[in-house]
Amino acid sequence: MLFSQNIRTAFRALTANKLRSALTILGIVIGVAAVVALMAIGNGATSSITSRIQSNGTNLISVSAARFRPNAGSPSQFSVVTYNDYLALKAGLSNVSGIAPAYQSSYDVKQGNQDIRVQVVGATNDYFTVYPSSTVALGRNINASDNSELNRVAVIGSQTSSDLFQGLNPVNRSVKINGVNFKVVGVLKQQDSSGFGNANDIVIIPLETGYVKLFGANAIHDGKRVLSSITLSASSANAVDSVMSQADTIMRTQHQLLPSDTADYSVSSQSQILSTLSSVTTTLTIFLGAIAGISLLVGGIGIMNIMLVSVTERTREIGLRKAVGARKDHILFQFLVETITLSVIGGVIGILLGTAIAAVFTALGLITAVVSMSSVLMSFGFAVAIGLFFGIYPAYRAANLHPMEALRYE
Amino acid sequence: MIQIDNLTKVFRMGQNEIFALDDVSFSIEKGEMVAIMGPSGSGKSTLMSIVGCLDMPTSGSYALDGGSVESMNDTQLADIRNKKIGFVFQQFNLLARTSALENVMLPVSYTGMSGRACREKALKALEMVTLSDRIDHHPGELSGGQQQRVAIARALVNDPAILLADEPTGALDSKTGAEIIGLFQTLHKDYGQTVILVTHDPFVARHTERIIRLADGHIVSDAPNSNPIKAGTPRPEGED
Repeated sequence: MLFSQNIRTAFRALTANKLRSALTILGIVIGVAAVVALMAIGNGATSSITSRIQSNGTNLISVSAARFRPNAGSPSQFSVVTYNDYLALKAGLSNVSGIAPAYQSSYDVKQGNQDIRVQVVGATNDYFTVYPSSTVALGRNINASDNSELNRVAVIGSQTSSDLFQGLNPVNRSVKINGVNFKVVGVLKQQDSSGFGNANDIVIIPLETGYVKLFGANAIHDGKRVLSSITLSASSANAVDSVMSQADTIMRTQHQLLPSDTADYSVSSQSQILSTLSSVTTTLTIFLGAIAGISLLVGGIGIMNIMLVSVTERTREIGLRKAVGARKDHILFQFLVETITLSVIGGVIGILLGTAIAAVFTALGLITAVVSMSSVLMSFGFAVAIGLFFGIYPAYRAANLHPMEALRYE
Repeated sequence: MIQIDNLTKVFRMGQNEIFALDDVSFSIEKGEMVAIMGPSGSGKSTLMSIVGCLDMPTSGSYALDGGSVESMNDTQLADIRNKKIGFVFQQFNLLARTSALENVMLPVSYTGMSGRACREKALKALEMVTLSDRIDHHPGELSGGQQQRVAIARALVNDPAILLADEPTGALDSKTGAEIIGLFQTLHKDYGQTVILVTHDPFVARHTERIIRLADGHIVSDAPNSNPIKAGTPRPEGED
């Protein structure tokens, strides 16, 4: 009886001053909406980065050049990974389904009047084995004979294709890369490109052709052909660790390092990168959520403010209630129900608003925001807890008013 | 019913001590209709708040219905106010935006009784003040006299030992005021209700059977009124 009556009393008191109630819950609405929306956007970013990396399989291992200090205190140097390293890895590794050497650099690419700057990747046919998400939609892949015959052929990304050819079929047409003519033999399927870098804006050419016709002296170091990276694909997820340690041993021998020397190259697995990236985005998400949480806290202080005003305004009512037999806990409970009603309404509206904001982000194609149940429950619970916490003091003040003084209050 | 001995209430105003009540003793029996009368500042409001358990005496003893009040804690006092005392105020003190019925149900709701039982008791109390046809009206939709009758129904709803009315006609015109006094007389005669009327107005006081006069915190007289005025009798000329 008393509980349902308290809720009715609370609604009556809140609807008596609709504008004030609305402004009071605004703080909670904004706080909850911000938590829900920011967490959704953060989760969306995390899962998009994760799925993009996973689309290439998590068995990938990358060998690349690294900064290193030959001796403690000496300036850091940048070493190179060479074509010979690739040959040694190819000869020595087991449990590997593909080894893709690549040299990449950005060049001006022209077709007709179109002139753009694009990442050009010199690769072998293994590139397409190692990156299964890079498949051709039109034409064909780079193959082994393109490399051995030094064919001037190119496979281009979907974005590059539309930039250069404006919707024409590019296959068998030619492009000028840094002034050198190449024939387009294939166009890659469009890939999910949210996150960083654009997998669709790329030109892939045969590696050998690149060394001979395009890269020039930049790709030669001490008379050796330089590679940007060598990507290994382990035959299974279980083999990743053993392939990494084999690659490490081969690279140390290749680079003639003593056991005491620091490595002048890096061997990293996709899953390491994945876990690093997802820990970064998770931290970012938590950080954003915490900032939004502060606005919830401010909203709670707003509630307390208004409830204190409300207690003062209703001093006579409180006196009357006490005169007809309300105990302290009755009054306390009545005002707590009121603040909790405010924060629950604010929480519900905030969840709806936050979900709507996330949906707008998704609809605009900015990011696929994912509203998680946990962020909804957490922000709602936090809102109610804040209502409770900031409601206690005003309710306590009301409950401890002296009945006689409250009745005479003008 | 009420036994008050050597009651004193002191208020502190800065350095000064003000004796609102100074060594007051009297008793009221069950079924009496008594007026406590005095000018403003005489201590009658202080006496009313102590009799109504809204405030505690500085010293002296007060027994209500056999129980000693001055030793009770907040919760026990709330309970006494709820069950044994029915207040009627000058300004009615009804909850706005709340129907007459819900206003009358308020004291019952604090007893923890079920919703249905609350409603039945409240309907019965409204019947006693002949307002059964106005139960869904809000205070703003009722006349002053009707509002005061709702307030009386609220005071009666828990069958209190005493009905304590503080200037109940102060905010009403003389005709409506007479009706309210008449209602108190009826409740007293027909139901044996103990009624205490606190007023500054000697004419209102003469409607009761006993008049206790207060001045400066003392009782200056306490005498039966053998011939109470019948409600509705016009106020004599020259009397204010």
